[in-house]
Amino acid sequence: MIDPGRFNGVADVLIDEGRVVAVGPHLKVPAGAAKIDATGRLVLPGFVDLHVHFREPGFEYKESIQSGAAAAVAGGFTSVCCMPNTNPVNDNQAITELMLDRARAAGLANVFPIGAITKGSEGKELAEIGDLRRAGCVAISDDGKPVMNSLVMRRAMEYALAFDVPVVDHCEDLHLAEGGCMNEGAISTELGLPGMPAAAEDVMVARNVALAELTGARLHLAHLSTEGSVRMVREAKSRGLHVTAEACPHHFTITEEVVRGYNTYAKMNPPLRTWKDVQAIKEGLRDGTIDVIATDHAPHASQEKQLGFTEAPFGIVGLETALPLTFALVDEGVLSLESAVDKLSTAPGKVFGLAKGTLAVGADADVTIVDQQEQWEVDPAKFRSKSRNTPFAGWKVKGRVRTTIVGGRVVFEAGQAEG
Amino acid sequence: MSLKRKDLLSLAPLSVDEIRLILQTADSFKEVTGREIKKVPALRGRTVVNLFFEPSTRTRTSFELAAKRLSADVINFSPSSSSVVKGETLLDTARNIEAMQADIIVLRHPSAGAAEALARGVKSSVINAGDGWHEHPTQGLLDLYTIRERGLSFEGLRVAIVGDIAHSRVARSNIHALVKLGAEVRVVGPPTMIPSGVDKLGARVYYNFDEALRGVQVIMMLRLQLERQGKALFPTIREYARLYGLTAERVRLADPGVIVMHPGPINRGVEIAPEVADSLSSVILDQVANGVAVRMGILYLLSGAN
Repeated sequence: MIDPGRFNGVADVLIDEGRVVAVGPHLKVPAGAAKIDATGRLVLPGFVDLHVHFREPGFEYKESIQSGAAAAVAGGFTSVCCMPNTNPVNDNQAITELMLDRARAAGLANVFPIGAITKGSEGKELAEIGDLRRAGCVAISDDGKPVMNSLVMRRAMEYALAFDVPVVDHCEDLHLAEGGCMNEGAISTELGLPGMPAAAEDVMVARNVALAELTGARLHLAHLSTEGSVRMVREAKSRGLHVTAEACPHHFTITEEVVRGYNTYAKMNPPLRTWKDVQAIKEGLRDGTIDVIATDHAPHASQEKQLGFTEAPFGIVGLETALPLTFALVDEGVLSLESAVDKLSTAPGKVFGLAKGTLAVGADADVTIVDQQEQWEVDPAKFRSKSRNTPFAGWKVKGRVRTTIVGGRVVFEAGQAEG
Repeated sequence: MSLKRKDLLSLAPLSVDEIRLILQTADSFKEVTGREIKKVPALRGRTVVNLFFEPSTRTRTSFELAAKRLSADVINFSPSSSSVVKGETLLDTARNIEAMQADIIVLRHPSAGAAEALARGVKSSVINAGDGWHEHPTQGLLDLYTIRERGLSFEGLRVAIVGDIAHSRVARSNIHALVKLGAEVRVVGPPTMIPSGVDKLGARVYYNFDEALRGVQVIMMLRLQLERQGKALFPTIREYARLYGLTAERVRLADPGVIVMHPGPINRGVEIAPEVADSLSSVILDQVANGVAVRMGILYLLSGAN
């Protein structure tokens, strides 16, 4: 059992009424209690994903809260935070409440909505952040439509202070990246595809750090993908600013080379970068500059990904492949097992203040049981997600979720047949 | 010898032998286009579909003429680009064309990679007639043909490609092919129009036109897309013409036997001075004439009729 920062060893976990009531070796099992034998497996605090796109309301053909939550628990994620780029945008209490209702009906993962920073995510007027917070939003972000106007961003960060809510930014200068659909460099030149320079991310990281310093806001930077971003976040942290950051498995696993052949499953934003950037992301994870691993799970229907490379939408699904890709960093020696679990569970819980990501006595009984050694082949046809857009199809990977428990209830068990 | 490919999508993957085969095949068709009766029965009973998602007069006409001179049936299909915007997938487009029993599809599309995607989806041969900024392989081949026709050998040949390299599929096809054939390729233009990493394709980058012209035997001018003014790529057409316009004076900086090329349509007085376009060094109209012969050769080789 690993509870990062608290416990790492062989132990039993006793759960009652949806909470952890005891942790320790050789616990006495109360009469009539259901037992799960996890001998030889890892018992971990359920993973917490700070960055998913469940497409409800508005784009349920890509993903609903039900199907997204099913994908989450199949990937070991017991809590997910949903970005607000739905239709309508989650910029008001009614949408937040609808999302929470649908999540309750699904009864799988804990769903935490993220509210919009501005009305309609148009970057002009602040959304009712107080209402959003009260309705249950755990952070605010205009995600794919970053707030370009620095004054509006400053005001959002200031206003958010009143509710102690983290401000999440997708760092992209929309002018610099205009029209781009992959990383700018020799490969975009060869393929004749419009590029998005690393600088489009870097300048916004720099701006956001400066605004966090000005306002004292809790700034969380989504999906870092460049060497420059990692360097600036490292520097910001060394000066004691309240800045946290996440990275996605695809950004530390594959490079822009995968775009060759105009593979739309390799099209995401931020784009896949160079080998040097991948190394920098890994180093950032290793030295703690990057706190969290998040998936940016972005489902799209097959007909959308069959469009030409420039027309196809950005994004890939990630919930059902994040665990083995993260554990590959453990095998590579980039992360210890405990710090890998920390970045999937404990750290994200802390960054958004969720009271999740721990198996301490009294905590919600959200548990993920993993077979660290099990090898399997990624087969998108078996995904619980409605969408199949992954560049990892056919990959032979190691590490598999066997059982997922949310609030003391088993919500996912890997079938023997699939084992 | 034959071309062991279903499609012609780009020049990047072609071998030197394949390029030479295409040029040699074009030789025999060049002879045909010089006859009084400019038609051979090589592709009789075959269907060529010109599928153009972008307006084009000269490339489409050139392909149409090439196919007709080979006695193929030709259909021109120009879906409005709005049907692309409406979201018909390339695969659906491909299936529609395939259902028409096309032997060869000639595709012009505003998106890089479109021809490759189409080729994956259909059994018909696909010829890329320009995909976004990516490649325009038949233009590259007709340029090579025109250079070779002037008796220039590719090995060690000094070529300057001038203008908006970043947004030019003609430049990319020519860089790939010329570098492969042993030429020294210089790309010339304002830094805003030189794509990052173009040196990795084997080209040398010059910002100063005069310097780049020293000793070159071929000057390949690119059309300036006038609508790009105001997008911060260059301040004014006036300044662009002063810095990167090919004047008679500049031509004198190059090798005495230099040839001047342009894929057309030309902006007289912008990238090329009228007296240069009309001079003896200009081979611009030869390019157009050779385009038909080269495309006949490509259609013939891909049809498997040989």
